[in-house]
Amino acid sequence: MTTPRPRTAPRTRARRAGAPAVAAAALLALTACSATGGPTADGTTGGAGTVTLVTHESFALSDGLLERFEDESGLTVQVVQQADAGALVNQLVLTKDAPLGDLVFGIDNAFASRALAEGVVVPAEIDAPAAQDAAEHAVPGDEDGALTAIDFGDVCLNVDTAWFASRGVPEPTTLESLLDPAYRDLVVVPDPVTSSPGLAFLLATVGAFGQDGWADYWAGLRDNGLQVADGWSEAYYTDFTAGGGEGPRPVVLSYASSPPYTVPEGGDAPTTRALLDTCFRQVEYAGVLAGAANPEGAARLLEFLLSDDVQADIPVAMYMYPVSSGVDLPPEWESWAPLAAEPFAVAPADVAEHREQWLTTWSDTVIG
Amino acid sequence: MRVPGRGWRAGLGWGLAVVVPLAFLTAFFVWPVAEIVGRGFVADGRLDLGGFADVFSRPRTWRVVGQTLAQAALGTAGAVLLGVPGAYLLHRCRFPGRGALRAFVTVPFVLPTVVVGVAFRSLLVDGGLLGGLGLDGTFTAIVLALVFFNYAVVVRTVGGMWERLDPRAEQAARALGASPWRVLRTVTLPALGPAIASAASLVFLFCATAFGTVLVLGGRRYGTVETEIWIQTTQFLDLRAAAVLSVVQLVVVVAALSVAGRARARTERALALGAPAATAHRVRLRDPLDAVAVVVTALTVAGLLALPLLNLVVRSLRTPRGWGLDNYAALAVPQDTLAVSAWQAAGTSVRTAVDATMIALVVGGLVALVVSRRPRRAAARRAVAGLDALFMLPLGVSAVTVGFGFLVSMDAPLGLPVDLRTSPVLVAVAQAVVAVPLVVRTVLPVLRAVDPRQREVAATLGASPGRVLRTVDLAVALRAVGLALGFAFAASLGEFGATSFLARPQEPTLPVVIFRLLGRPGAENYGAALAASVLLAALTAGVVAVCERLRRPGIGGAW
Repeated sequence: MTTPRPRTAPRTRARRAGAPAVAAAALLALTACSATGGPTADGTTGGAGTVTLVTHESFALSDGLLERFEDESGLTVQVVQQADAGALVNQLVLTKDAPLGDLVFGIDNAFASRALAEGVVVPAEIDAPAAQDAAEHAVPGDEDGALTAIDFGDVCLNVDTAWFASRGVPEPTTLESLLDPAYRDLVVVPDPVTSSPGLAFLLATVGAFGQDGWADYWAGLRDNGLQVADGWSEAYYTDFTAGGGEGPRPVVLSYASSPPYTVPEGGDAPTTRALLDTCFRQVEYAGVLAGAANPEGAARLLEFLLSDDVQADIPVAMYMYPVSSGVDLPPEWESWAPLAAEPFAVAPADVAEHREQWLTTWSDTVIG
Repeated sequence: MRVPGRGWRAGLGWGLAVVVPLAFLTAFFVWPVAEIVGRGFVADGRLDLGGFADVFSRPRTWRVVGQTLAQAALGTAGAVLLGVPGAYLLHRCRFPGRGALRAFVTVPFVLPTVVVGVAFRSLLVDGGLLGGLGLDGTFTAIVLALVFFNYAVVVRTVGGMWERLDPRAEQAARALGASPWRVLRTVTLPALGPAIASAASLVFLFCATAFGTVLVLGGRRYGTVETEIWIQTTQFLDLRAAAVLSVVQLVVVVAALSVAGRARARTERALALGAPAATAHRVRLRDPLDAVAVVVTALTVAGLLALPLLNLVVRSLRTPRGWGLDNYAALAVPQDTLAVSAWQAAGTSVRTAVDATMIALVVGGLVALVVSRRPRRAAARRAVAGLDALFMLPLGVSAVTVGFGFLVSMDAPLGLPVDLRTSPVLVAVAQAVVAVPLVVRTVLPVLRAVDPRQREVAATLGASPGRVLRTVDLAVALRAVGLALGFAFAASLGEFGATSFLARPQEPTLPVVIFRLLGRPGAENYGAALAASVLLAALTAGVVAVCERLRRPGIGGAW
């Protein structure tokens, strides 16, 4: 940036020229590197040729994909991202009368019922090869297809296999096994209130132990030295032994797709493993926003998200599984990131009805 | 208000100086907040205050209010106790590397909380360097982190005043036989009273509204009013509870501000101010004052500030292939799926911060100028004090409330057909709203210390009101402008306040890139995030150092 440096302007000259002139010059110099006046400023606003995608911070596509879509469709895509995935649906509910964009991507099955009940998304006519695959993940009760599944992933406990091997301790395998005193002080999970994978894991325990049993399970975990971190990043990078930060705990909540990223330099197998009997399946949906300025463009963008190009890119760019069965997974996923055969499930309607109550009970039980 | 000067032009000028900042604050703070809080109090078109009974009957509410006050009070006390010696050393003494150290202490102020989480927690967890202290996830860890964040606020606010304090009063007291401590107690500290009160009120607001730090380091067990508002708004969309809590927060903040305001008013008076260069002396370790300042500051900087930052640097140099600069090399390459490189993001950060800083300087400068006057009429005096407090509020009102307020009010502001919610302009504006009080608090103590007689003399000698303003007030204010500029810039680079709740347009800033990198698995992403954090720290230190140089020439320093 070009910061004006008054040092180079002799005092006498500055005085003679007068403060206003100096100030004006400084302002001009500063404006030259301003965000709104800079070369990257984006002058597009809601015109017919623009479609706005509202999504969360994890949305990403490999270089050139979105540009190719723009070239082929003639649409200009504006992406607005919101830091907090959990807050996304609530923001959409709040802005229902004046939607933030045309298409939303990133509503997961824990929030899907709420989005449908509040009517923030509307059905769209789409034609994509993966539409049939997507329908298999449809939200129960969403007959009109207002939400279209784009990708999914299994939220599971991950273990540091090297840690357990070096200590001769057998790895835990199930949710119940974590109550064993042998695993005392070894587990870290993100807070379900502040983290979306954290919420998914809470739902896994609801699915596993039922509405009457899950709270007792958590009380057992708490008594066995459970650590709760604020978010996935804190848990995985600061508390987990094998996340890169070399923390103290060898069992962490993460994804079934995390192990391939722990293959050591020069090694040929990951140092972590997902416990496939502890998983909850997270499905991410997209939908055309009610009151969208460009519903046509939104439908085209939705089709694009289901295209083979994007579906094949999803594992690489967003670490999730594509809904499409017609695209190949990266080879390291084929080897080290298998999905759970039978993930735990909770009906979205139950989630919508009890989510707040469950989170309150969870907080009272675990946080105190 | 009695306008200093005659004629309708002066009146118009002062009118504008009041109206412009007020319009800005109303549009980008008061209105959004009123809009979102209002939604919590209106149900089916009717006023509904039932939320109060509901929220206050929860035991959690009272605990949360207590924890907020305790954390903020301890954080403020710690920052002031450690920061005042720091202000003395960094602004009253001369030693090699002083400029670098001044810039360095500002770095913690801008680090994203997720990075502070890494820097602090990886030291404190079991097996970490300080794991033996058992501080991980404790109240103490939160308070230490709050001091870590706010140390620079005290050093800069108090230091800016201290370095202009004419040393002759102290020298006279010493010559009359007073001990250094007595001089400090009876001459120096009373003169610094307003600046210390200013700094303390700023830090209190920052601590009372801290939420990332609290959540990352202590978790929800140590929840504050702010974290509770965050949860009720973003997770439960319980606007009724959030609105009640926002009112609670407002009450706490206004009470704190009025206490600080009274403390300031009691101690405020015209002071003889000198040029910074003239007041600084070389550090003398035999002088007990200097020795204490050196020891306290060395311990604070080394133990509290440098250790976590060093931890960050060391970790950023660790790669899967051993030690090296690989993580930094990765910053230059557009991260495949982030669409931008960390350097490009740094450019966006700086551009946005430039916009925010310009807005904040104009608005904050005008506010400081108006508030620096002491009108004769009591009503006008109260109005001025009210204006002062009003512009502090953005620091004390929940960032979530403001952020969600933007969402429901900025789709067509003032009926204009522009959707500001997804515009990069709003990011800069949101940052400026938070930076304005920092500018006011930095410039105001200096302006208030101007002896009104100087203005009267200038006017008597025939200077026009504009000229009095230029040669007396502006000349003094410009000296503090470097400090204010650096402060505002740092706050903007660190993305304080409502910014984190805005929907971001394509161009991500550096803190956003760090946040995104830390959201992905893999040692490369972790390493790149840490390297990007070090880049952000270096950028901040660099910008602050440049801003500090801006004030040296003392443009127009004729008095």
